[in-house]
Amino acid sequence: MKHWLPVAIFLALGAVFAFTLTKIGKGELDVREIQSPLIGKTAPAWELPTLDDPAKTISSKDLAGKPYVLNVWGTWCFACRDEHPALLKLSGETDVPIVGLDWKDERDLAKQWLAQLGNPYSHVAFDVEGRVAIDWGVYGAPETFLVSAQGVVLTKHVGPMTEKVWREKFLPLLATGG
Amino acid sequence: MAIGSNRRPGALRRAWGMLVGAVLALSLFAALPARAIDTEQAFTDPALQQRYESLNRELRCLVCQNQTIADSNAGLAQDLRREVRDMIGAGKSDDEIRRFMTDRYGDFVLYSPPLTARTYALWAAPALLLAIALITIVQIVRKRARQPIDIDPEEPA
Repeated sequence: MKHWLPVAIFLALGAVFAFTLTKIGKGELDVREIQSPLIGKTAPAWELPTLDDPAKTISSKDLAGKPYVLNVWGTWCFACRDEHPALLKLSGETDVPIVGLDWKDERDLAKQWLAQLGNPYSHVAFDVEGRVAIDWGVYGAPETFLVSAQGVVLTKHVGPMTEKVWREKFLPLLATGG
Repeated sequence: MAIGSNRRPGALRRAWGMLVGAVLALSLFAALPARAIDTEQAFTDPALQQRYESLNRELRCLVCQNQTIADSNAGLAQDLRREVRDMIGAGKSDDEIRRFMTDRYGDFVLYSPPLTARTYALWAAPALLLAIALITIVQIVRKRARQPIDIDPEEPA
């Protein structure tokens, strides 16, 4: 066993790769996911025109005092279509309002989308320039944030929202921090 | 006349070959400007334009992740370039612009991560690996120097 060191290094590397790849395979680890620096901090203040009526606005002030979910979506986003049934189901089960942030979209297409697939949102804000999305550190759609009654970002989920994520990641935080 | 017509096909083929070669060579050059994603001149002041371009080259496009926002035409990269342009226009300093980005996207948005407790290993790794390599080389060289010079007995002296 003269060459035990290279073999040990090889085995150690192999173990690290196996561990990481298994986690990725199970969907427990997303290597592209970027940790948001916003979590635990006061959510950015925002104000945007609503999707339905460009003359009306919706803002973080309108939502203050109660927890809410902010879901970033767009009709151009395929994964948003995947998560849509889960959002619809959630909206029927929880009294936490789900606010849609329609990101860099076309107004007509977005209205059509909600008319055809159903509308899980209590309000839909229309962010055509993507400035509010940048303030939230959004880098893809869908992304979903949970904001507490005190206006603090409790967590963020990157990728399609599911019942499992809601139950295991969002609900416990609402119970303790919301 | 007969000789001339015999020679023509070869000459034609050569001419064609040269033409095709020239077109291919030119198309390579034609492809070059396509690499500059952000062709729009953001500022007439060359100093501001310089700051704009160098900031774009140190900020990561978070959708593509292995490109800077200067290299990417993703929607988010365009939006982030617009933010950089607006902030420079509003008189913000480079540090203020970097902080704007890291407040929203974390240190990952910077191509050169700052030295923090979390990135010590990252910054120390190259020096550490170099040191290990040097120590290993020195050990091997010393070991070999101690070995007797092996003279092949078959070889005539």
